[in-house]
Amino acid sequence: MLQVKNLNVTLAGATRDISIVKDVSFELDAGRSLGVVGESGSGKSMTALALMGLLPGAIRASGSINLAGQELLALSEQEMCSVRGNKVAMIFQEPMTSLNPVQTIGRQVAEPLILHKGMTRAAARQEAIRLLDRVGIPDAARRLDVYPHQLSGGQRQRVMIAIALSCSPKVLVADEPTTALDVTVQRQILDLLRELVSETRMALIIISHDLGVIGEMVDEMLVMYGGNVVERGQADKVFAQPAHPYTSRLLEAIPRFGMSRSERLKTIPGTMPEIGSEMKSCIFAGRCDLVCADCLQAPPPFVSVDDAHVAACIKAGRVMETVQ
Amino acid sequence: MIAFLLRRIATFLATLAIASVVIFAALELLPGDPAQIMLGIDAPPDALEALQKKLGVDRPVVERYFTWIGGLVVGDMGESFTYVMPVSDLIMTRLGVTLPLALLAALISVVIGVPVGLYAAANHKTPRDYGVMIFGQLGIAIPNFWFAILLVLVFSIYLGWFPAGGFPGWDAGFWPAIKALILPAFSLAIVEAAIFARISRSAVLDVLREDFVRTARAKGLSRKSTLVKHVLRNAMIPIITICGLELSSLLVGTIVIEQVFNIPGLGRLVFQSLTQLDLMVVKNLIMLLVALVVFINLVVDLLYAVIDPRLKHQGH
Ligand SMILES: Nc1ncnc2c1ncn2[C@@H]1O[C@H](COP(=O)(O)OP(=O)(O)OP(=O)(O)O)[C@@H](O)[C@H]1O
Ligand code: SF4
Ligand SMILES: [Mg+2]
Repeated sequence: MLQVKNLNVTLAGATRDISIVKDVSFELDAGRSLGVVGESGSGKSMTALALMGLLPGAIRASGSINLAGQELLALSEQEMCSVRGNKVAMIFQEPMTSLNPVQTIGRQVAEPLILHKGMTRAAARQEAIRLLDRVGIPDAARRLDVYPHQLSGGQRQRVMIAIALSCSPKVLVADEPTTALDVTVQRQILDLLRELVSETRMALIIISHDLGVIGEMVDEMLVMYGGNVVERGQADKVFAQPAHPYTSRLLEAIPRFGMSRSERLKTIPGTMPEIGSEMKSCIFAGRCDLVCADCLQAPPPFVSVDDAHVAACIKAGRVMETVQ
Repeated sequence: MIAFLLRRIATFLATLAIASVVIFAALELLPGDPAQIMLGIDAPPDALEALQKKLGVDRPVVERYFTWIGGLVVGDMGESFTYVMPVSDLIMTRLGVTLPLALLAALISVVIGVPVGLYAAANHKTPRDYGVMIFGQLGIAIPNFWFAILLVLVFSIYLGWFPAGGFPGWDAGFWPAIKALILPAFSLAIVEAAIFARISRSAVLDVLREDFVRTARAKGLSRKSTLVKHVLRNAMIPIITICGLELSSLLVGTIVIEQVFNIPGLGRLVFQSLTQLDLMVVKNLIMLLVALVVFINLVVDLLYAVIDPRLKHQGH
């Protein structure tokens, strides 16, 4: 239903264009979920904002984003306005600041319904109660008239989800929806999202820098590094048998119960190459344990390790053996 | 909300009380006898004695302070010896000129400044934005009496649309009176409008950077709807703060402009009573100006609470 092909995100610079996201491709069916993981700065948010047509400043997207037969990148800004919040919705990392502080919750949830569905104020208000109730806001009818500052972070994120759900979008993009919340609330929000996906058959794209958070709840996985997709495949396969050295390092970095503090905080040594740098070798070469002369010749092509499980590494598929 | 209101009003009254003590004490601390100061060193002894009696200098300080405050509460401010009339009447007639002048100037500056600022913000980093900023910079840099002279040259001497100065009084009718205030109001307003344009622009740009603006866009609102429905109300908070400050500084600005346009307002009265050492007038006039400024701040605070629900619930 959603097909993204060779999505490129570039910042038009004064002297040259800087590539922020390179050739991202994936497909996602209704009722399925995709997890996008990668370090900070790997281009996850830019990919998400490109889907929404909300790239900031002089940053542009090219390639193809096809949503149920409609090419989103070909739409005018005005046409895109009728898609946003209607067919594609998004929730963000910061529930504390993502709601308008001077408007009641009810108004904010009702707004897309009035905008896209042409509902009357009264009807939208009624629907807002149902939505708030659905996302687990207790005593929804009475909460309609409170302001965001009267709610906790978790509740605000629920309100954001209610807003996103309001017009029954085909795709929901969640950019680090739980990063700012504490662990127990994190679980509840993720469970809610999972329920909603199976209930409404919308497709979910969930972004996180933490593989552990989303690894178990998504169907497919996209691993990003330096603006590139380095591995893509079914989530359980990627988990069980990471095909790219970067993915396997990410998996090792997931804190597990019983780990010591120093182990828990272990991160991957080295730094990601600066975004926009021209790559004549494998983008991960500088941090890869398995690097060899061939890796430095050219960026590796995608190597298929299994059904629809690919990795951009010349040693893909042999990673597990070599590491152990 | 009630608690918020009561707290603000209490602060308002406390500020007034402190201000009155400071003003009273400052005049008490002037070396020498107030009657002597007012009348000058070579005043005839009988006139001096009469004024001393009238001022009640022989009575204790505390009693005199409370007599003053008691008078203020019922609107009795004593008598001006230079104008030979009750200070309250004097101030009221002058206020009847200055207040409309300041309000007119404030209105003009908001009506011009705020939309211009919004326009610049909506066209951020385009030639339109830069153009507005350059004019804004000029408007702030050039003193308002210079504008006054320029406006008089063009609109009264050249075109003859408005009088070059003077004030016919409200008895002469609404239009002639307003007409006499238009040029002074514009000379006061130009600088303020430039400030408003800058403040509104940066207020809107600040709000545009907020996360909830992105949420509004993600809902499908156009840029323009987002600006109108989500940005403006949030941007009003800093704009209103400046409104309060500007209104206060307009009151001060009238001192110069009333001098330039020869308008018998409070500003001129401040000027004249100070040079003539009419302490009775000075004391009450300063008190009134302080009260006006504090009152404006009270209104600003209350407006905050209307605009920003977070303040209403503070302390709940
Ligand atoms: N407004 C902008 N203008 C120019 N470059 C930007 C802008 N915003 C982000 N970038 C660059 O784009 C790159 C990708 O950023 P992005 O926000 O997509 O990363 P991310 O994977 O979402 O990271 P995080 O986990 O920190 O959210 C970063 O290197 C960043 O420097
Ligand atoms: S291609 Fe070479 S350097 Fe790149 S990830 Fe694979 S092994 Fe490492
Ligand atoms: Mg991000």
